[in-house]
Parts: sequence; C-alpha cells; structure tokens
Amino acid sequence: MSLILNHVYHIYGEDTTLQTAALQDICLTINDGDFIGLIGHTGSGKSTLVQHLNGLLKASKGDILFNGQDIYDKDFSLKDLRSRVGLVFQYPEHQLFETTVFEDVCFGPKNLGLSQKEVELRAYEALKQVGLEDDFFYQSPFELSGGQKRRVAIAGVLAMKPDILVLDEPTAGLDPKGRDEILGQVKKLHDESNITVVLVSHSMEDVANYVNRIVVMNRGRILYDDVPKAVFSHYKELEEVGLAAPQVTYIMHKLLEEGFPVRTDATTIKEAADEILRVIG
Amino acid sequence: MLRDITLGQYYQTDSVIHRLDPRVKLTSTFVFIISLFLVKNVWGYLIALCFLAGVIRLSKVPFKFMIKGMKAIVFLLLLTVVFNLFLTPGTPLIQIWKLTITKEGLRTAVMMAVRLTFLIIGSSVMTLTTTPNNLTDGLESLMKPLNKIKVPVHEIAMMMSIALRFIPILLEETDKIMKAQIARGADFESGNIIKKAKAMVPLLVPLFISAFRRANDLAMAMEARCYRGGEHRTKMKPLIYKRRDRIAYFVLLAYFAACIGIGRL
Repeated sequence: MSLILNHVYHIYGEDTTLQTAALQDICLTINDGDFIGLIGHTGSGKSTLVQHLNGLLKASKGDILFNGQDIYDKDFSLKDLRSRVGLVFQYPEHQLFETTVFEDVCFGPKNLGLSQKEVELRAYEALKQVGLEDDFFYQSPFELSGGQKRRVAIAGVLAMKPDILVLDEPTAGLDPKGRDEILGQVKKLHDESNITVVLVSHSMEDVANYVNRIVVMNRGRILYDDVPKAVFSHYKELEEVGLAAPQVTYIMHKLLEEGFPVRTDATTIKEAADEILRVIG
Repeated sequence: MLRDITLGQYYQTDSVIHRLDPRVKLTSTFVFIISLFLVKNVWGYLIALCFLAGVIRLSKVPFKFMIKGMKAIVFLLLLTVVFNLFLTPGTPLIQIWKLTITKEGLRTAVMMAVRLTFLIIGSSVMTLTTTPNNLTDGLESLMKPLNKIKVPVHEIAMMMSIALRFIPILLEETDKIMKAQIARGADFESGNIIKKAKAMVPLLVPLFISAFRRANDLAMAMEARCYRGGEHRTKMKPLIYKRRDRIAYFVLLAYFAACIGIGRL
C-alpha cells in the first residue's frame, strides 16, 4: 500500500494578480508503516500538500497514485480514498457539531454506510484509542477542554479506520503536557495498529522523538527527505529557511567544538545523555 | 469552491480608478445608476456604454471579473426579460400559442436587460476597485450630514466595515469546515433537497459557533483598545480630495449632462 506524488504542482488564484505557486514539483512516496514528519515554516505549503493526499485539492499539474491507481481518474472513488487516508485538519475541534461526543465520532463511520452496530463499535474503539474516559462520551463536545475536544476530533477521523493518518499541526495551541499526550497516543497508534502516519509540524523538537523520516518543505518545494539524523545534520541550512534542529543537536555540536569527542547525530534527549555519559564516563 | 463570488470583492492592482477618492466612486456609481433610469433612447445607452467601457479600461481590471459577478443575477435578468416580453400590452408583433410578444414589450425587455447589466457591472467596478475599508470610510464621510438628525453614522459605517471584513473570513472558514467534513465522508452534493438540507447541519453548526467566537473576540479586542464610538475620533488616513478627484467629478458632470441632453430627447 502506498501513496505516490509525482511532480505535483499547485497554484492558487490562477489568472489573477495574486497568483502564487503553493507547491512546486513535489515528488513524494509514502510507504506502508512510515511515520513521517512533514516540517516547514508557515506558508511553506505543508497544509496545501496534505490536502492533496486525500484529493480535497486537485493538483494544477502532476499526478497522485494510490496503490498504483491515479486518483484523478474518472472511475476512481474519491470517497473511498478519503476513508483510507484520514485527514485531521488544524484546530480540528472547530469541526465538532453533534450533541454528544459519541455521536460526533459516529459521523465518519456512518458516512461510510456501515451498520449501526459497527458504527458504534468503531466510535467506541476510536475514543478509547485517543484515551478519552467513558464519562465524557455523552457530554456535549462543546463543554470539554481544548485538549479533550481535539482528541474527540481526532477520534472522529480514526473511527473511519484509515490506512494512512495525516495530522495537520495536531499540537497547535496545546500546552506541553497536552502536546506530549497527543503525540504519544499517535505514536502508540502507529506502533500498535500499524497505521501509516504523516505528522505536520513547524517544530523539529516536537517530531524528533517520534518519526522515522522527515520531509522538510520550503517555499513549496521539498528541501530534504531523509531519516531525522541526516536531516538534522543540515542544521545550518535549516536555520536559513527559518527552522531549527532540536536543541540537543546544538549542544552536541557545541560539545564537539569544545573538544569532547561526542557523536553529533543524537536526536533525542535520551540519546544525547547516553552519548555524553559514554564519552565522559 | 466558494471563492467564485466576485460581487463585493476587491481586485488588487494599481490604476487611476483604484486611487480615486472613495467618495468620488460612490457618487459616480450613484449618478451612473440614476442616469441609466433617466435615459430613454439608444443614444443615451450608447453614452452610458462608452462611459462604462472607459472606466473599465482605466481600472485595469480584467473584464472576465465583471462577467463573473453577472452570473449571480442571470436568473433575475431572464425573469425580468421574459415577463416584460410577454406581459406588456401594445401592438402585437409575434404570436406563439397564447403568448404575444408586443413591440412595446420587446422594447422594455431589451431596455431592462441593458439597464440591469449596466447597473451590476457599474457597481462591481466600484467594489472591485475600492477596498472595503475605503468604501465604508467614503460612506461615513458622505452620510455625515445625517448626524444632525441623530442617525448614528459612524456606528453604521463601523458595522458595515466589520460585516464586509468578515465575509472573506467566514467564506474561508466555511471552506475549511466543509473540507474537514468531506474528509470525514460528508456529502454535500448528492441527494434530494431534504437530504441536502440535513447535510448542511455539520457545516452550519460549527460555522455559527465560529462566527460567535470571532465576534466575541473582536468585541473584546475593541474594548481592550478603548473603542467607544465615533465621538472625537480621528483618522490615520483622512479622506482629502486631490486634483484627480476634481477632474473625475468634472467628467462625471459632463457625462450626466450628456445623458440628460441627448438621452432624453
């Protein structure tokens, strides 16, 4: 199972004075089991890119293949694609509308035309997956806290049982605790349910601990597409495009400059600590 | 999806028309509309056409954009034409079954169609070349005399500019929520009217909530900056007539005189 973007372009406001190319020559392959961090500065085209993954936006040029099928083909069912590629938008809590949390989560699977029993089963399972307590199930989603609302919204997409889960800045506006909880649950989903995850963020720090591949975007183009260690080794270039490597990268480089023979490719605090202990130990 | 609505949308470019004082453009639009209803013969409409064409040319806005605005009133236009065509009494011209097209009917129908088309294009030229903020500034300044009879002109203008400002925001929000629900398998297009109306619930509820939230935030932000209405309020960019505005008024006057002089013969 794979999703391939082949030389995709997207141009906003074609034929006006405000014409801007949001995506230029994007080539990307999302493989089964990947956990991708899609990083870029504000306005680099991240959100535009993810909306192509489930066919919400149509590429101005280029094609997208899902399991070898062109998604812009006439006989390709976009509705089917949308159930396979679950997209969680930025501030997803703004899309909640039902009277109870449980019913809101049911909305997605219900649209797939499943039986009532199956719908409820999936909703229950999805709410459990995002770690929401049973007590909240029959409350109005508008009475919950920001972090809880967001989990309900993510469950709303999970209940459709997608093969690929795309999250657009799932931690925006959350406190560090809420952020870690959400990202931890996404990681758990990836490891246990074997879902392919694409995590959009503008912070390297956030994704460094979780992903196994990082795609860096700048001005509508892909700058790097590699494992985290390799991407962070370009930390100087990253700074030029308004991004930063995780803080540990800087510490390790600084230590090396000061004469400690440490390896500089640690990406998480734990790895860095182990490496420092190894050297001074 | 929803970005196709041109009526009331600003087209950014740099032209003489864009730089004109909004008061000139408002007055011109008003005078132009009055002139359309005063003229009675072909010559009058030709003058109006020349005037409109000249302004469009000067504005540098692609003609395509004006036409886009027309799409919204095609139905109204057709309805007016059909009613005028068949229901005006007078000398019969053609008879199809029970419907008669009269000479007078044909005349009024064509006239109404031309009037409506010019009216819409004329007002879209104004909105396409004036930012909403400028527009309400102009309106406020033009309506100032009404302050004397206790009309809250500033408040009305403020409400208008907020409303105008919110149109693109809410359109964008609608687009976003729609996409989010489509991503959850919602279907806004197929089915009968009842099914379609039901499908709007997942869109409308979040939209209303977001509109109220935004209104609340805005009110809070305005209060935090001590906003308290129009009294003694000064402007960062006060409207001042320049040479080009005086020339524009002169051209407008000439146009109006020509319309009355030739168009009403």
